Amino acid sequence: MLAQLFRFKGGVKPQTNKTISVQEPIAQAPLPARLFVPLHQSIGGAPNPLVQAGDTVRKGQLIGGADAWVSAAVHAPTSGRVLAVEEHVAAHPSGLPTLSVVIEPDGRDEWIERRPVDHQSLPPERVRELLRDAGVVGLGGAAFPSHAKLTPARSVAMEQLVINGAECEPFMTCDDMLMRERADEIVRGIAIFRELLAAREVLIGIEDNKQEAIAAMHEAVLRLAPDYRVVAVPTRYPAGGAKQLIRVLTGKEVPASRRSTELGVQCFNVATVYTAYRALACGEPVLSRIVTLTGNVERPRNWEVSLGTPMREVVALARPRADTGSFLMGGPMMGFEIPDLDAPVVKATNCIIAASPGLFPPPPPEMPCIRCGACAEVCPHELQPFELYWFSRARNFGKTQEYYIFDCIECGCCSYVCPSHIPLVQYFRFAKSEIWAREREKQAADAAKERFELRNARAEREQAEKAERLARAASARTSEKKAPPERTNAVDSPPAAAAGEPAAAAATDADAIRKAAIAAAMARARAQRELAQPKNTDRLSAEQEREIAAVEARRGAQPATPEATAGAAGSGAPAGPQRGE
Amino acid sequence: MITALAIMALGAIVLGAALGYASIRFKVEGDPLVEKIEAILPQTQCGQCGYPGCKPYAAAISAGEADINLCPPGGMDGVRKLADLLGREVKPLEAEEKPKQIAIIDEQTCIGCTLCIQACPVDAILGAAKQMHTIIEPLCTGCELCVKPCPVECISMQPIAENIDNWKWKYPVFEIKRAA
Ligand code: SF4
Ligand code: SF4
Ligand code: SF4
Ligand code: SF4
Repeated sequence: MLAQLFRFKGGVKPQTNKTISVQEPIAQAPLPARLFVPLHQSIGGAPNPLVQAGDTVRKGQLIGGADAWVSAAVHAPTSGRVLAVEEHVAAHPSGLPTLSVVIEPDGRDEWIERRPVDHQSLPPERVRELLRDAGVVGLGGAAFPSHAKLTPARSVAMEQLVINGAECEPFMTCDDMLMRERADEIVRGIAIFRELLAAREVLIGIEDNKQEAIAAMHEAVLRLAPDYRVVAVPTRYPAGGAKQLIRVLTGKEVPASRRSTELGVQCFNVATVYTAYRALACGEPVLSRIVTLTGNVERPRNWEVSLGTPMREVVALARPRADTGSFLMGGPMMGFEIPDLDAPVVKATNCIIAASPGLFPPPPPEMPCIRCGACAEVCPHELQPFELYWFSRARNFGKTQEYYIFDCIECGCCSYVCPSHIPLVQYFRFAKSEIWAREREKQAADAAKERFELRNARAEREQAEKAERLARAASARTSEKKAPPERTNAVDSPPAAAAGEPAAAAATDADAIRKAAIAAAMARARAQRELAQPKNTDRLSAEQEREIAAVEARRGAQPATPEATAGAAGSGAPAGPQRGE
Repeated sequence: MITALAIMALGAIVLGAALGYASIRFKVEGDPLVEKIEAILPQTQCGQCGYPGCKPYAAAISAGEADINLCPPGGMDGVRKLADLLGREVKPLEAEEKPKQIAIIDEQTCIGCTLCIQACPVDAILGAAKQMHTIIEPLCTGCELCVKPCPVECISMQPIAENIDNWKWKYPVFEIKRAA
């Protein structure tokens, strides 16, 4: 069953350094004293907090609900008490805080009621929803919500489902160990994804330096699903990039501007497939992940860590050596330095590497680009990194886009081989985030322009209406002036006094009618207000609800002075800016 | 000779007709240059340039009445882009550049006078007479026009803080070590 393999262009072969961390099986990391579970752990919308300080939660309870289609839920990793929902430093290169739920474990680790489902008996939309609500995201590092990748393109039949077990980053072994130990679950999980996508073929790509993992997967596939193919791919960084693996296994090239489903192929990481299986077949949402602890440590190993565990406690498990200067999250090629070890382990934390000056010597100073072309030779996306570098450096962002900067996957091959030690990827990241920022600004400016124009149009319209009203009033007055002459005669005539009585009566009548009308209008407004369910209040955080209760209490306590009631009546109609006359 | 003249004349008539038709059929609505200039301006609509909004300023630039360095929210970046577009010299900005800000209403102090609502060019303030007002942050352009009208001075401008969503990778810089 030898498949024809394709090659991707470029790539490098760095020292893999993987053997040190695969000597021992995956171990369960102890629960920390406090868990800091960030609500926003995936790409897409930030989930809304569903708990507040003081609540008790059970293991697996939903604490953050997905806020949009591209978003994934977040759950309590263990049972305990919520101490706060507050800003806590994030596992992010910036070291900035993000909204997190702080949980104090009670040590009982009590589950919520787990409801295993049979995915075959459910419609595909429902399965996707279940995956979203179980918080299943890409665990290879990108953390893209998986359910959003599970819709086949309408016009193109799904040909291949690629399962990514390549794990090309040096040092990292979490997927390797997962495949060795939990191959059955992975293979069963693949069945779910295959059905959702209706894929004709399943290809499991594993780099050929992981013979044990290949053997374990092979064995599981033979037993459970003999038509899947386990393919050993040549070890070459970045063979584990989704696009590279797709290229190697199917020969298809996915450009940045298109989705891979449009080419009839989709790619998932083995760990993602595993969590999807746990989510559906066991009813267990994503509460933990396998993290490789390696580098300059006494005990490199893979640990199953509860999400939200502070990294400080996690790295202590591996006993970093004394000369460790910093820690990297992710691999040495694509990872970043962790700015603060208080940051928690999140769904994207696949590997933590203790770095020492001996292991990763500080980069020599940047020297001028000599245009040797080495970077272009190794770029797996056939870009021209030196051109991108020139333009990024000169902040000529339009040109970088002409040279396809968004096709760059930031794999770091170019920086790795650059003889002038130029940190090319840093320049590309800088350029990309500047371009995004400009895009956001542009959108805001367009929206502002539109609002400004609408406002001007409204002002004009209102002025025109007012002028028309005035004109109508003026014409009415002139016609009234023409009418009176007959009446003036009548004023001093005696019958007029008698006529005064009924007129007065009519006036009081009119007054009464008007009053009744006002009362009726107020009653109507009140009824309407009671009926109307404001749309934006059904998913309030606990804190907001408390604030609202406080405001209501204050309102209730206020004396019902005429002014206050008038104000309250006024609030019935939503007086937006258009009221400002 | 006559045929040559006739052919040339006929050619002239046909081509002239085609050009005339094209100029009517493909007439460009509005002034494309003004639109290009306006696309560069930040749409803050603050009037700091001395014109009542970005579009009038764009029209003034295009008519050659205004200089290109009058828009403080656009910053030097904006001046550079305008210079590029119009082939003019880059000039230093007339005013100082400020970090991007948004307005915040101190809701305890607000008396509900609605004056700020009337000042805001982009309808970014929500409120009603004698009710507390508030600013819809994502819509605020930071034009400062609402600050002055407030009779109780409860509106302040605050720089936009960096957060995970708007954080940017920094330009790579390296410390130059002194030779030993
Ligand atoms: S980082 Fe980008 S430019 Fe450099 S080799 Fe990788 S894909 Fe190519
Ligand atoms: S100063 Fe700039 S942002 Fe303000 S109105 Fe003028 S062009 Fe627009
Ligand atoms: S809220 Fe104030 S600062 Fe913001 S756009 Fe409106 S007027 Fe300008
Ligand atoms: S001052 Fe402005 S903000 Fe304050 S109440 Fe008035 S309108 Fe509002």
